[in-house]
Order: sequence, then C-alpha cells, then structure tokens
Amino acid sequence: MKAGRIVKVSGPLVEAENMEGAKMFDVVEVSEHKLIGEIIELHGDLASIQVYEETGGLGPGDPVYLTFAPLSVELGPGLIEAIYDGIQRPMDVIKEAEGDFITRGITAPALDRNRKWDFKPTVKQGDSVISGDIIGEVQETPIVLHKIMVPPGLEGTIVSIKEGQFTIEEEVAILKNGDGKETPLLMYHKWPVRKPRPIVEKMLPDQPLSTGQRILDTFFPVGKGGTACIPGPFGSGKTVIQHQLAKYADTDIIVYIGCGERGNEMTDVLMEFPELIDPHSGEPLMKRTVLIANTSNMPVAAREASVYTGITIAEYFRDMGYSVALMADSTSRWAEAMREISGRLEEMPGEEGYPAYLGRKIAEFYERTGRTICQGSDRREGALTAVGAVSPPGGDLSDPIVQATLRVVRVFWSLEDTLAFQRHFPAISWLNSYSLYNIDEYIKEKIGPEFITMRDDAMKILQEEADLNEIVRLVGAESLAPQDRLTLEIAKSLREDYLQQHAFHEVDTYCSIEKQYSLLDLILAFGEKAKQALGQNVPFDDLSSLPVREEIARAKYIPEENMDSISQIKEKLNTTIEELIKQVE
Amino acid sequence: MLKEYLTIRDVTGPLILVEDVEGVTYGELVEIILSSGEKRRGKVLEVNRNMALVQLFEGSTGVDVYKSRVRFLGKGIELGVSGEMLGRVFDGLGRPIDDGPEILPEQRLNIDGNPINPYARQFPSEFIQTGISAIDGLNTLVRGQKLPIFSGSGLPHNRLAAQIARQARVLGKEEQFGVVFGAMGITFEEAQYFHDEFRKTGALERAVLFLNLADDPAIERISTPRVTLTTAEFLAFEKGMHILVILTDMTNYAEALREVSAARKEIPGRRGYPGYLYTDLATLYERAGRIKGRTGSITLIPILTMPEDDKTHPIPDLTGYITEGQIILSRSLHKKSILPPIDVLPSLSRLRQKGVGSDKTREDHDDIFNQLYAAYARGKQAQELAVILGETALSPIDKQFYNFAQDFEEKYVGQGEYTNRTIDETLDLGWELLSVFPNSELKRIRKDFLEKYMTRFRKPEELNREGED
Repeated sequence: MKAGRIVKVSGPLVEAENMEGAKMFDVVEVSEHKLIGEIIELHGDLASIQVYEETGGLGPGDPVYLTFAPLSVELGPGLIEAIYDGIQRPMDVIKEAEGDFITRGITAPALDRNRKWDFKPTVKQGDSVISGDIIGEVQETPIVLHKIMVPPGLEGTIVSIKEGQFTIEEEVAILKNGDGKETPLLMYHKWPVRKPRPIVEKMLPDQPLSTGQRILDTFFPVGKGGTACIPGPFGSGKTVIQHQLAKYADTDIIVYIGCGERGNEMTDVLMEFPELIDPHSGEPLMKRTVLIANTSNMPVAAREASVYTGITIAEYFRDMGYSVALMADSTSRWAEAMREISGRLEEMPGEEGYPAYLGRKIAEFYERTGRTICQGSDRREGALTAVGAVSPPGGDLSDPIVQATLRVVRVFWSLEDTLAFQRHFPAISWLNSYSLYNIDEYIKEKIGPEFITMRDDAMKILQEEADLNEIVRLVGAESLAPQDRLTLEIAKSLREDYLQQHAFHEVDTYCSIEKQYSLLDLILAFGEKAKQALGQNVPFDDLSSLPVREEIARAKYIPEENMDSISQIKEKLNTTIEELIKQVE
Repeated sequence: MLKEYLTIRDVTGPLILVEDVEGVTYGELVEIILSSGEKRRGKVLEVNRNMALVQLFEGSTGVDVYKSRVRFLGKGIELGVSGEMLGRVFDGLGRPIDDGPEILPEQRLNIDGNPINPYARQFPSEFIQTGISAIDGLNTLVRGQKLPIFSGSGLPHNRLAAQIARQARVLGKEEQFGVVFGAMGITFEEAQYFHDEFRKTGALERAVLFLNLADDPAIERISTPRVTLTTAEFLAFEKGMHILVILTDMTNYAEALREVSAARKEIPGRRGYPGYLYTDLATLYERAGRIKGRTGSITLIPILTMPEDDKTHPIPDLTGYITEGQIILSRSLHKKSILPPIDVLPSLSRLRQKGVGSDKTREDHDDIFNQLYAAYARGKQAQELAVILGETALSPIDKQFYNFAQDFEEKYVGQGEYTNRTIDETLDLGWELLSVFPNSELKRIRKDFLEKYMTRFRKPEELNREGED
C-alpha cells in the first residue's frame, strides 16, 4: 500500500508529503491507528488532510496510507433504523464493540455484513435494464420496501438472477453489458458523498408536505421536494420543530442529521421514535428513519461531512421513488466546521471569518433536493425535501449563514425569542415568515377553495392586529372602536387557539388538515357572527366574554375522531350570538 | 532518558517555539525546566516538521531562549484520579494545595476525555428538587442535565449555586451524591465563600475543589474545567456517584482561550474569540450526562458572567446553543431585593418536559407551569403599559395581571437564600397565586385539574362570583 509521511499536525488538519498520485477529496488512512481523513488541498506532493478523528499523539514521520477513493457511503438494506456518525460509522455497533465512549481508529462496516435479507427479484433472466432499474425488492421494515436498483452507470442484460435469503455481499444477479463484460450485482453499492446522485429531470413541487403543524400547513407550507430553513436564537424551539417534522411529515423516509448539536437530543430521538406511532402508516416512526449523529463534542471534520452523508442516503431513497424528508440540525455548526478547517488552511476569510465559498457550498447542498424523475425505465417520481435549522449568533438574521441560506431556500420559518418568552409555541413569526410555494391548486382540490379564502382572511386579521397594536401602545385598547377591538379579539383567538400548538400534548401535537379546516372555520365563524352582532348594537363586552369562547379555545384539544363536536361548538356559537342579537332587539 | 532540547527559538505570550525536535506528537505533554530549576508544564499545539509550538500552562514569565530546557514526555496530559480525592482541594492543574498527602491514583486518565457515544447515553429524566421554586416549578433541573447560570458582575450567582449544591436532592432516594467544583480565575473571596459553604453544610467531605484563582496563571485555566470534569467522570461512571459539577466563571475560561488564540495569530471569530469556541465549549459541556447501564450521573452547572449583561455576547450565546437551557439572573430583580433574582421569562430548562408529570413530580405540573408563565408574561406587558399610560389606564383584567406579576416576583421567585421548598409547596404556591383569576383566564390548565385543585385555593366568595358569570 502506498504511503506518504506526516510533516505537520495542527488540530484536525494534517499535512503529509510524498503523496503523489493522490486526488482531491480522496480518503486516506492516517498513522498506524488508521484514522480516516480526506484530502482537501494539494501542493505538489504535499497534501493537506482533514482528519475525522482526534489527532492527539500524531507527529511528523507517521505514515499516511492512500486509498485512491473518495469519501463514500454504503447504500443498501440496513440503513433504516441505523444511527451513524458523520462518516457513516454505526454508533450502535461501535458501542457494543468499544464501550460507552468513542475512542479512536474504530472501524465497523456501515451495513451489517451478516444479516440475511429476503430478496425478491422483479426482473427475469434476459431482461435488459438500465441504470436505476429495479431488479428486486427487500422488505427492510414493515413500512419500507427497499428497492434494489442497478447502480448508476451500469446497464445491460440480466444474465442470471436469484431469489431467497442473502447477505448484502452475496451476488444476487449478473449483468452483461454491450461489450459482453459481466458485472455481479450485490444488494448494496457505494457512492461518493460529495457527488449528487444522477437523476433524469427535475420538476417543480406541486404538493405540500403535510406536517400536522397548523402554522406550517395553513400559512407557510413547504412543497414536497422543496427547501425550508428555520433560523432562530437558542431556546426558540428549532429542535422541537425539527423533531415534530420528523415525526409527523407525510413522507416515506426521514433522514435526521444531528450536526454539531447536543448528544441528549439524539438520545431523545432514539428513545422516543421507536415508541411513537406514525399517524400515516400505524407503525413506529423509527421504522422509516435514518439518524446521523455527529454531536458537538465529536470531531469537527466529521461534522463537516455529516450533511453530505445524510443527503446522499436521502437521495438514494428518493431514487427508489420515495418521498424523503431530510432534517439538518443545525447547518450553522456545519458552516462553523468549514470555518475551522478553512482557518487552519490559512485561507483568506470572507464575512465573520467564514470561507469565501460558504454561500456556494450552502447553495449546492440545498440544490440536491427536488421533485425528480428518477433514473430507471419506469420514469418513477421521487421527492427530496430538506429543512435546515440555522443558529445565528444572538438570533441576528444578518448572520452570513442565514443570509446565504435565505438566498436559496424557498420557505422561511422565522423563529422569534419574543414569542418564545410568551410561551407562544411554535415561536414562528406569522408576520416575517414566508413560503414561495404555491399549492393553492392542490388545496382547492383536496380540501376546497374556501380554505384559501379563510387562510387569507385569517392572515389579514393578523396583519391588522399588528397595525392596531401600534395604536393600542399609544392610547390603550379602551379607546379603540368596537370593530377594531373585535379584530383584536379575533386575532388573539387566532394566535392562541390556532397558531399556538402544544408539541407535547397528546392530541394537539398533530393536527390533520381536515381538523385545521374545522378549527379555522370555527374561529372565523365567531368573528363573522360577532361582527354582525356588533352591527346590531350588541355591546362588545357581551361578545368578548361569551362562555362559548372557552370552548373555542379548547377545540384544538378535541381528538381527530371526535371532530363532529367542533361543528357542534359552531352551532352553539351561532345560537348564543343570535340570542344576544334578539335581546338587543 | 528523555531528550532535553535547548532549542527554544521564540517565546510569545504563553507560547514557545522549539526547533530541531524529533518524534514530537500533537497534544503531547511538555516539561520546561527554567534556568532557575523551576519546572513548568505545557502541551504541543502544533508540530511542523522539526518545529513544535508549545502552549505553557503557567505562563511564560522567566522562560528564556538560551538556557531553558524542554522535554517532551511522550504522552497526553493525564490526571491521576482516585476516590480519595473527595474532601480535598487542588490547584487548577490538579495538584493538592491543602495540607493533605499526594493522591495515589487508581487510574490515570487523559484530561481531554472521549466523547460519550450518543447511542450509549441515557436520557436525563430524574427530577432534582433544588428547593427553589423558580427552578423546580418553572425551569426544572434533571439529573445529567447541563444548565448554566447566566449572570452579571455583582449579581448573587454564587449564592444561588451554593443554594443548589446545598439543597439539591432526588425525591425518595438516598444515594451517593458529590460536588466537584472547578474555579477559573475567580477571586480568593469567591473561592473562600464556596469553601466555607461546603464546610458549613458538611458537603466538603463529599466535594472535590479545583481552584485556579484570579492571580494564578491564566493559561492554567484552560486545563481546570478538563481536570474537573475528568474527576467528575471518574466518580460518576466508575464509582457510581451522582455528581454535581459547578464551573465558575466560564467567561474567564473563554478569555484564556482567546489569549492563546491571539498569540497564535489565528483568524478571530466574533469579538476576537477563536472560531472554534463553540466546539471547545461543547467538548466541556457535553461531558455531562448519564450512560445506560451505569449508576452515576454528571449534572453540570456552569456559571458565566455576561459582559454588560449582554445575552448575545459570544460566550453566553454559544453556551446557550450547547446547554440544555439557561437560568438568567436579572439586575432589576436584584435591585428589588428579590433573591434569587431569577429572570423567569428568558430562562429555560429544555429537559423540564421530561422531568415533570404524575410519575415524577405531580400531574398538574406542566399545566401550572404554562399558566404561571403566560400570566407572568402578560403581567409584565401590563407593567410596561402602565409605565406609558399610567396604572389607572389599565383595564380591570390587566390590572389583575399587573398585581399578579408583582406577587409572583415577591412570593414565588423571591423566596430567599435559606428557604427550601418541596415540590408540592412550589406547585401549591402556583395555584394560590393563580387563584385570583377567573377560570376563563386560565386557559392553559386542563379543566379537570382546575376542578380538582383550584377549589382548595379559591375563597368561597370568588367561587360564587364565578357562578354568576
């Protein structure tokens, strides 16, 4: 094996000489510990290497072994329910082998080599196939049917194909190409993480990703195959929103990247997801989830790699024709890892010490999402949605990472700490957030055109509230006209009874779009009816203190299966206000 | 025999550059023997071919270029740990400074530690009763959590930390409990305060103190939290003890880090702090926690003073992104003689949700938390409004919230240094304070809890008035 020699060690950055033949982004094994590293700069035969593990104890003269291959992930059955670090080492296997603490130079294959999978072929001998064609299926978990595809770049005729129990390293088919060369096909293949997996074409998202979160689904939906970002200061609830999305988004697969965040958050997911039942499939959420955990105290270079590892796995499932959602918490830590490496390379910094290529890297990452026609002769459709949390210092949105992210993503969920301090959760600002996805057609068809009117009316009331509050601050609420005071009351009801959603309440944590419709309808119906009553000279205080309003406030806690009682509240509301009007007359 | 080098080329700040070295490795421990015979220690920050950049732990005073000798010890910085360390006082590098004997180590551990495998972690969920309502009721601390105190100069953060150390216990259990205390650059008076507090309450026998005082070498501070946490890890995960770690003051630590970074001429991040401050702080804070299958735990309370009380300053900001919440002290509450002056609204415990409820504290805990919090927030808004418009301009209901906020601060938060409330007392006090409001204003409490608990606190005439609505 060819080896170079270390000349310099500075934290996670190592320089080695005698490295001719090495290519940019090739993986190398550093020292006799075989620490994984990646080449990030070349000067003649001198290579700069970012090392994915602790470099203590390394010194000049230690060997660096070249592998001549880029950093890759293994793609095949066994990904679901796994927990990987930033370079796809399985944390559960490593714990069994090495104990509770992560030491150095540990290797373990990403996919279990001994487990047998039940492979069912979907093509016959003699069939001709192209890249991306599905040659067989494995029921990986009760809800994930893992499709075994012809890896990108291969095509030809199936010479033989097997059926039955195989490990991922056993050959399941043989492919012969036009030149008569035979290639054995396994159930897994490798793919370099920094290279997007090929697709046939991209299309615009046309469906919303249903999340069961009222403010997101009603006002700021993200399209299936779209991108969204959640910037916010600490304590504003980024992670809770990411967790809620991972739990309730109606996708086939979730890839959750804990990038430079708390160890306990990953433990939380590991503990909670096997218990929680997916409302769409009725199976535990873990059965559709892949976790990448590179927590803040794990090596910084592997953190840089973790988002690429995650998105490559997500792309692989998309290629099967699935809808995949990827959560990255937090992209700021990824950018900081880039900054740290860049600083040690002594590159000229851009803004705030971040490298000048920060914006490009962020854009490239988000551009790997999309609704796509996947490779394969059936032209199946897949979608990859990405939601990135951003943690700007002090919550300041002028932060370079926020700004670079906002330039590429189409949905902005703006978290505000003032809302968090009032315990308004999710603390997403309805005034600053936006979504550029137009899914009105879908809504009209699925729920009805009146939902769009209701949504726009509700947003108008919330905007009016913001304006009225300016006046209230100067002269007090008492001096407003009754109509304006009513607007404030309805806006308050919208905020407290609709936008606020309790992530830890057994019922309120998930709200179907149908229930969203009923709730919004109920609140606006009160507004309409009360406005009418005001016109008939019913005193404002009588309307604002109606006991039925408490029932409106508690309507969100009504379970999905008792949704009829929401319309009962509406009827009760109508009759009580009618009575008030009669009394005045 | 280790090679001795007489080849120091540069001395800048806390760094020395040694030439013509061989076989030196990154992170290695270094011994420098000054011309006076005094020994100093340091570690290798960078090796580049035959040159080694060494960071001195005790500063470079007295180091010269020609006569000081350098030895590379071929291993990382290790701390000898033992169960005998309980009850002892050490300097910031782990050398005894009380009159006791040297420690006979049971194990020698690298002070940098290794990250806990996230898969091996046990999620913290055991409620710790601190006896402080603003913490137990609203910012619940659980075993294995890292919850910092964000303070400012002149605020009584030390008294709060001592109160927590004195009162903290887990309900219904008698277990081995210990305190490991790491002081970075605090004054003699502050250190003595903790020492006396621990002695008075008998906690000293089960405490280990690491003291780097304001006049000790600043660079030594970089090692102090690591030495502290290494000891804590040993006691928690090897000896099965439940350890409370107090680190104070993290601001001094970060400044020492900045000093080294500046001396290395690194590209600074915000306010001159190094770009890797987040990662560096994370490698400390993340050492708190619990591990599946092991009895012990590390609960970490770092204390930091926010420069100019600014929460967005890099040190509190980055800390807040790593820790599981924060307890923020308020100068205005302190001025009102409210002790502990915990500013409830921006304070947060991220693990509260996991530590409360019928099997941990009481079934109504979560609802009462939400309601108290919302009511206090509204009361604060009313107070602001009153400043502009005058108290008389408030609507009757706003006036109620206005009064509630004052009561809440005085009775609930301002309990005083030596009041130790049980969780039931804390929750009941919450109900009592909320009993001034009609049920229609208590939307965040489930109806059945209102019926079950409120009757105990509402006066009969209020109940009647409720009936008339």
